[in-house]
Amino acid sequence: MTEPLSSPVLSVRDLSVRFRMRGDTFVSAVTDASFDLAAGECLALVGESGCGKSVLASALLGLLPRNAETAGSAFIGDVDLMTADERTLARTVRGRRVGLVPQSPAAHLTPVRTVRAQLEETLRELAGVRRPQSRKAAEAAAERAAFPAGHLDRYPHELSGGLAQRAATALALIGDAPLLLADEPTTGLDRDLVDRTVDELRRHVGDDRALLLITHDLAAAQRIADRVAVMYAGRIVELADADDFFGARGPRHPYARGLLNALPEREFTPIPGMPPELSALPRGCAFAARCPAADEACETVPKTVDGVACHHPRPAAAVLEAPHA
Amino acid sequence: MLELRSVTAGYDRRAPVMRGVDLALAPGASVGLLGPSGCGKSTLARVAALLHKPDAGRVLIDGEPARGWRHRAPRAQRTAFGVVFQQPRLSADPRLTLTNLIAEPLRATGRGAEAAGRVSELAATVGLGADLLGRRPHEVSDGQLQRACLARALVLRPRWLICDEMTAMLDASTTAALVHAVEEYRRESGAGLLAVGHDRVLLERWCERTVHWGELVTGGTGTAEREPDTELEPDTEHGPDTDREAQPEVA
Ligand code: SF4
Repeated sequence: MTEPLSSPVLSVRDLSVRFRMRGDTFVSAVTDASFDLAAGECLALVGESGCGKSVLASALLGLLPRNAETAGSAFIGDVDLMTADERTLARTVRGRRVGLVPQSPAAHLTPVRTVRAQLEETLRELAGVRRPQSRKAAEAAAERAAFPAGHLDRYPHELSGGLAQRAATALALIGDAPLLLADEPTTGLDRDLVDRTVDELRRHVGDDRALLLITHDLAAAQRIADRVAVMYAGRIVELADADDFFGARGPRHPYARGLLNALPEREFTPIPGMPPELSALPRGCAFAARCPAADEACETVPKTVDGVACHHPRPAAAVLEAPHA
Repeated sequence: MLELRSVTAGYDRRAPVMRGVDLALAPGASVGLLGPSGCGKSTLARVAALLHKPDAGRVLIDGEPARGWRHRAPRAQRTAFGVVFQQPRLSADPRLTLTNLIAEPLRATGRGAEAAGRVSELAATVGLGADLLGRRPHEVSDGQLQRACLARALVLRPRWLICDEMTAMLDASTTAALVHAVEEYRRESGAGLLAVGHDRVLLERWCERTVHWGELVTGGTGTAEREPDTELEPDTEHGPDTDREAQPEVA
């Protein structure tokens, strides 16, 4: 495993987010998430819809709704995103420290303004670039995201899905934020376009940025991630090197194994059952009801050891399965 | 047999999305139609399910030509199809509980009495727990709602299933679960399947035969930059049998 050389771009510790609902019940969307993200690194956060991964993304952008209660910390540089006030978030975090590549670029872009106008406005806000310089700067910003200059005067609805995604990426890159956060950037795109989109994101990471790719698309994660974090029922149940995870060793957590085996290029078998409700999590391991390896030990929540939160993980080294003579 | 014979269709007669397309699906067979998004394959799926009137050409259902489209299709023809779209939120009435959502086509055909039994049977097929059935769409995840939409598509026991990017929004395990539910229904009912999508690995694993959009439209434009988001339409047009006003006849 590659150790971060410098201090991490993002450092998340014991981050929990829960929502207070009517009747004093709680939805525990994220529980005790911890991870670091170094410059030059891409971490893919994978899991099915409703597992808490987009709530985690909202928390990192300071965009949680009012009824959210948080615990733990998430540092970008010296700013703790969990305790920062709205003013700090608006002025120094969103766009400047965290650039968001949104799930639905068409919805993220302002429909009534051209791509050029939106780039210029963001340049003015984040970099203080004004006319007449902003015209050239907008073109340069577009070029960074491979957005064709000839399309700058178009409105979002006049763009194909791929170009809308590039326009959104160009906007996300303007503030030179050290952390790029891509929230399901490939939903609904064709495989070719998925590959191209994530390759471009990876290229933008370069040496001095970090990329947090939030996705349910395991193929996209495999394509560009250095490490993979698997989320289930609000917890990160496995954090592993992508090569180990997708390669010969495979995932160590039973849920992660099941998820990978569900792929059509693998066994194509679903994990039986469905995840528990985040408002009614079981006392022990949240995967127990679906897990083939569950036993009494699993009635308590497993601690995370070597990146895996399971009482009976697959051993890290592939020593136990000695080849048959 | 479900046959499309030299179908020309689109949203602008001067620039059809497809021209002279032929496609045949034998009873019980499964065909995967592969193509990039926006190519027009969703339009073809809607023509095949009698939800979109072609400009020219014919659709034959067991040798009998389609005699109408959408709610004007005769009930016996309409109810032969079960359709599942990509985005469950756009095709599910937000006011209905999942139970009522699944039972809707039964009620609309005057078979509401069968609802209780059919819904619990189908909930098991698609893997929906009883606790979820009383909820409304905004109270469940995309994957759970899509399970309900698949159950709704199966509730009238269709002879043909049309799945248009059914799993494009879903995670790997939910995808595998829904495909297995479809295949279980087909094994037991002998229904045919047209699965439209862009994921080659998935469709090749799922279907007996896959066809590329490009092979199908050799004579046509084969591009539909402007293929509208065909799901952005009122729900009543969706289930093949949910348009109550247009059904004076009693089953
Ligand atoms: S802790 Fe137990 S139930 Fe949970 S994943 Fe591990 S073996 Fe399965």
